[in-house]
Amino acid sequence: MPNPETKQLEISLWRRITDHLATLFAISTVVLVLAPLIAIFAYLVIKGVGSINLSFLTQTPKPPGEAGGGMANAIAGSVLILGIASLLGVPVGIGAGIYLSEFGRNRFGDSVRFVSDVLNGVPSIVIGIVAYALVVLRQKHFSALAGGAALAIMMIPTITRTTEEMLLLVPGALREAAYGLGVPRWRTTLSIVLRTATSGVITGVMLAFARVAGETAPLLFTAFGNQFWNWKLDQPTAALPLQIFTYAISPYDDWHRQAWAGALVLIILIVAAVAAVRLAVRHGTLGGAA
Amino acid sequence: MTGPQRVAGAGEKTGSRVSPLAGSADGVLRDRLFSYVILACALTVLIILFLIVYELLSSSQLAWKAFGWHFFWTHDWDPVNDQFGALPFIYGTLVSSLLALLLAVPLAVGVAVFTTEMSPKWLRGPISFLTELLAAIPSVIYGLWAIFVLVPILRTVVQPFLAKTLGWTGLFEGPPYGIGMLAAGIILAVMIVPIISSITREVLVVVPQQQREAALALGATRWEMIRIAVLRNARAGIVGGIILGLGRALGETMAVTMVIGNRPEIAKSLFAPGYTMASVLANEFSEATGDLYLSALVEIGLALFIVTIIVNAMARFLVWSVTRGQPARGHA
Amino acid sequence: MGVGIQVENLNAWYGSTQALHDIRLNMEANHATALIGPSGCGKSTFIRCLNRMHETTPGARVEGNVKIGQLDAYDGISPTLLRRRIGMVFQKPNPFPTMSIYDNVAAGLKLNGYNNRKEMDQIVERSLASSALWDEVKDFIHKKSGASLSGGQQQRLCIARALAVEPEVLLMDEPCSALDPISTGKIEELIFQLKTQYTIVIVTHNMQQAARVAEYTGFFLLGRMVEFDKTEKIFTNPSDKRTEDYITGRFG
Repeated sequence: MPNPETKQLEISLWRRITDHLATLFAISTVVLVLAPLIAIFAYLVIKGVGSINLSFLTQTPKPPGEAGGGMANAIAGSVLILGIASLLGVPVGIGAGIYLSEFGRNRFGDSVRFVSDVLNGVPSIVIGIVAYALVVLRQKHFSALAGGAALAIMMIPTITRTTEEMLLLVPGALREAAYGLGVPRWRTTLSIVLRTATSGVITGVMLAFARVAGETAPLLFTAFGNQFWNWKLDQPTAALPLQIFTYAISPYDDWHRQAWAGALVLIILIVAAVAAVRLAVRHGTLGGAA
Repeated sequence: MTGPQRVAGAGEKTGSRVSPLAGSADGVLRDRLFSYVILACALTVLIILFLIVYELLSSSQLAWKAFGWHFFWTHDWDPVNDQFGALPFIYGTLVSSLLALLLAVPLAVGVAVFTTEMSPKWLRGPISFLTELLAAIPSVIYGLWAIFVLVPILRTVVQPFLAKTLGWTGLFEGPPYGIGMLAAGIILAVMIVPIISSITREVLVVVPQQQREAALALGATRWEMIRIAVLRNARAGIVGGIILGLGRALGETMAVTMVIGNRPEIAKSLFAPGYTMASVLANEFSEATGDLYLSALVEIGLALFIVTIIVNAMARFLVWSVTRGQPARGHA
Repeated sequence: MGVGIQVENLNAWYGSTQALHDIRLNMEANHATALIGPSGCGKSTFIRCLNRMHETTPGARVEGNVKIGQLDAYDGISPTLLRRRIGMVFQKPNPFPTMSIYDNVAAGLKLNGYNNRKEMDQIVERSLASSALWDEVKDFIHKKSGASLSGGQQQRLCIARALAVEPEVLLMDEPCSALDPISTGKIEELIFQLKTQYTIVIVTHNMQQAARVAEYTGFFLLGRMVEFDKTEKIFTNPSDKRTEDYITGRFG
């Protein structure tokens, strides 16, 4: 007859085993998830670093099959397109965020919030289609402007929501202090509220920027890509993610190498841009300020 | 409030002191201008959505009139003969996304459970940070890595192994190209783990500590406590996170396009190449000749748009119901 | 010099709730008037009606007559311009955290378009001196932010900020309730000195404070002004029983 005590212990043993197994499973998931991350960065560095040289950064692509050449125009094109996107998207996003925080505690504000969240979930390729219809068809060209517009549309919802969030964190007491001094509402909102929330708002903008900087799909039929330099707003323009894509799916080994290099440059530029802005914001604040 | 309407300025002496702000403007006009500009910005958000819906609907009219509902269950994609059926793409999108979910959910939930319930405190930050870093990698770089690292591994090691062991299921037969549905599913899984994991973490953290303590006090092991007190409570939110991940997978374009093979065929085996809705748009939109061709593609875009909106809405509702969304904050 | 304030038939609402009923009051120039009463009696609402801050709450409404000196506060002048003639100090010190001490004091001037740099330097120094803060901060008024000061210093900074625009009236809504006794003492001293130049209306929970600082005191209860008289009389020989009950501590 099994001793009731040992039976008790047996149950405990099984339960302890499952407990350990669960822990083991959880740890292995962490390993499995972090492995690709490490692998991707490792490959980026290993395969990319060797190909980043002066000619890569300063030359335009050579015809397929010829060795050499670079992605200089793609880097420049990305800068142009992202510049247009920021010019269009950042003011609108911040403005909408200001509306939601300072004027928007009503039905209309709720609908803007809702639509903003919906826009966030729209696949980027669909936004490319819409930008194509709105800009490319009108201009009768692929263009940097169309690419910038598509990316701007993607930036706006993120910037709107984070700006609203940051502005709501500014205590009402500061607004009251400004009103009490006879400062009109527009001045209070800009010079006091927005000013106080500056670092948070900028973080939100950089988040949106970093997200669209690597986007390829919406550029496929807006900016379209270009083998040469282009600074005009109404002509097809190269972009770094586009170039990486084109090279990666090509049959040429040399282009594959350059795709890795381009990918590494892309990541470095995104991280550098975000870090630079973070530093600038921190430098601008006073000793003891929030 | 009757009385003679005279407008007093800031300089009107109410007493014997003259203020340095005497004669300053009261900014009423600027206030009005400011509120108009701000309102316009908010309206722009609504207008953008309106434009998206309008363009998708109007540009797909041609294809809709030509094919009607049949568009979505015919599988003949023949641009040369103006025959367009979207079934292969719908199939490809669904299968790749579901495969991605199958792989991603256990991983994501595992990571979330580890970081919130099991990990030592000092490890939590770094793991969360690294998982978020996964979310920041651009899709095209995932695709790049998938083509040159993942696919060769699949072709040389994984697929032969699967064919040998699980080939009888019919899911793993055919030549091991490497490229195909399996590769797409795997890279998609890596890409959606961060979002599922972060939502799961959010809803796990919200579970009250008393629930955990009650289970432990009854003599539960840590895993039993997690299973009974934490996961069960956070169920709705986790499902919401999963659905959000699904939404992300459905719309993902670049990485999938680069490894799925881009062949509009429906096959049972995961080794076979496929095609998704997003991929066909990426590959064929800029080369579409003919209005019907373009319209058919836009109609696919419209379908993708509607599906992702519905999926995302469901997901957000579920997550909101667990965490009660953003607390309604007035000015602090 | 300050000016007198006349209030007649003042009624105020928050949405559909009436917060003030037919307030009638005369506050003398260059004197301090204290407003006392239990929580929720309307004294804060009242002073916020004096500089039209009450209107900034959504759904708030005011009716009645408020005259600041010769100026009709609700007729013929915009709230923004009115508020530049009246200074306000709030319960919890609220300096602007992203601005230096100098910029905080100058905020009322700068944000309203005043840009005479030399004059501004003088005004800032004068205001900080008037609020007994100059000596403590003069070495770093440009370098440190307004929020880096202690609680009592912050409140004096807010007073300096209010004084910089040279108002005739200074409204103070429980200015010491968030401060320690020593800072409170310093600010009460300040009020004593400021009285000679400004008309001060101070809302306070602290009856001893009212007795110390103000020549006149008004007792508010449930949105009505029950009694208004010289402080001495209110505290030694009040006419209304409700006043007597409050000051002897039977409620509130």
